[in-house]
Amino acid sequence: MPRRACAIVALTVCCALAAGACGSGNAATTTTAATATTTTTTTVADPVTGELVVLAASSLVEPFEELGRMFEAGHPDVKVTFSFAGSSDLARQIDAGAPADVFASADEKTMAAVVAAGQAAEPVVVARNRLAVIVEKGNPKGVRTLADLARSDVVLVLCAAEVPCGRLAAAAFRKAGVAAEPASLEANVKAVVSKVTLGEADAGIVYRSDVQAARDKVEGVDVVEGADAALQAVYPVALTTAAANRVAAKAWVDLVRSAGGLRALAAAGFLGP
Amino acid sequence: MSRRPALSPAVAVPAVAAGAFLALPLAALVWRAPWAALWSDLTDPAARTALRLSLVCSLWATVLAVGLGLPLAWALARVPFPGRRLVRALVLVPLVLPPVVGGVALLLALGRRGVVGRYLDQWFSLRLPFTTAGAAVAEAFVAMPFLVLTAEAAFRSADRRYEDAARTLGAGGWTVFRRVTLPLTWPALAAGGLLAWARALGEFGATITFAGNAPGRTTTIPLQVFLLLESGRLGSALALSLVLLAVSVTVLAVLRDRWLGAL
Repeated sequence: MPRRACAIVALTVCCALAAGACGSGNAATTTTAATATTTTTTTVADPVTGELVVLAASSLVEPFEELGRMFEAGHPDVKVTFSFAGSSDLARQIDAGAPADVFASADEKTMAAVVAAGQAAEPVVVARNRLAVIVEKGNPKGVRTLADLARSDVVLVLCAAEVPCGRLAAAAFRKAGVAAEPASLEANVKAVVSKVTLGEADAGIVYRSDVQAARDKVEGVDVVEGADAALQAVYPVALTTAAANRVAAKAWVDLVRSAGGLRALAAAGFLGP
Repeated sequence: MSRRPALSPAVAVPAVAAGAFLALPLAALVWRAPWAALWSDLTDPAARTALRLSLVCSLWATVLAVGLGLPLAWALARVPFPGRRLVRALVLVPLVLPPVVGGVALLLALGRRGVVGRYLDQWFSLRLPFTTAGAAVAEAFVAMPFLVLTAEAAFRSADRRYEDAARTLGAGGWTVFRRVTLPLTWPALAAGGLLAWARALGEFGATITFAGNAPGRTTTIPLQVFLLLESGRLGSALALSLVLLAVSVTVLAVLRDRWLGAL
């Protein structure tokens, strides 16, 4: 009898094992639906209707959510749904048939792969992003240059080489002839921001837009190398081949490229295309 | 044979669907795995480092889970204390908490600026984030409940009369535990330890959040699989996933045959 009771408990535990494990998978992806503004007084029929699904690199969260509000205000019959994740995650989702109208990548390489696979067409660059060193408020370790990041008293975290910000950071170090030893190679740029925000790391290399987004808790140090065009992130945007709502998708790309779009991107710390 | 209850289609159809639903993704993983390149994928230096590190971290996590979890299980099963129900509920939390949240919670508690972590840093210069010890701690946080749950049930269901008899014969508390309770409960305790180890081996979210990703220090197999997927190396990712799958299936098969009996 006790054997049986314990067997049942053990089996329950097996079930929970599976439940616990599934919490880790999709952590990087967040789907945010901007709340629709309730102005339904348009009399002229707006051709832009329905749902617009935008898959965008994580670093675009702030300006895109802002633009999403502008878009929905301008086209009251549209609901914009975002899915923000690492560019390569998004490319994989598109490949697996995830519904998407617009894809915004944080690097040309990922976009080129999606275009080559016939899943998106005619990408246009809408923004650029400079690298910046992110440090705690007040810069207590006195980080001024990339060389400071190699100091043994500075706990440094970088993006992993598998993601664009990691590739750019590695290139910046190579160019500066600095050999730094990161304590951790994070899976995406926002994880680097979190590690510095939480005080676990003294410094990291992120984009200037990330510093801007977290400016309440951190500050940025502009390093000379970040101004080098070869070390800038490039953000191409394209309609997907399988786009279900091409009209809205085209309108979205137009908005991002408009003066208002550029202003929103600039306010979030991005450079123009 | 003739006494076997007939299976009505109303049960059989969803039952087969459920079995297929659970088995199909695993079968697809095995089907699509790059068998030809398997050996080279698994002996690649980065993969070897991750495999070795996973073994080290999961074993340390199991040691932590058993060393601290067994006494907790004993207390929960045998010692009435105020707030026991609450503690029992808390033990379950890591099972249902998203591991990433567990990792953040660990940072807030044991990180360099954490509630306790700041003193570990100030007094002992001990920093857990970005270290192998930190990876083991993250895995133990997620794995320990499996050990505690199983062990508590075993301690509770062990027949107390044997212990009472031993005590009337003059045995002390430790002797009773070692000579009577342990022999009665060890299969369940071993099962709990094995489950905890298997869970620790597959831990991802808490580890990458709390311990970061440092090759050779905290990049265990699940983290390596994630990074390989990030860089589009599906084949190598599948090869490492196969290792985890093989371990899980073996552990669960062993548990069912040996200790769970014919359910």
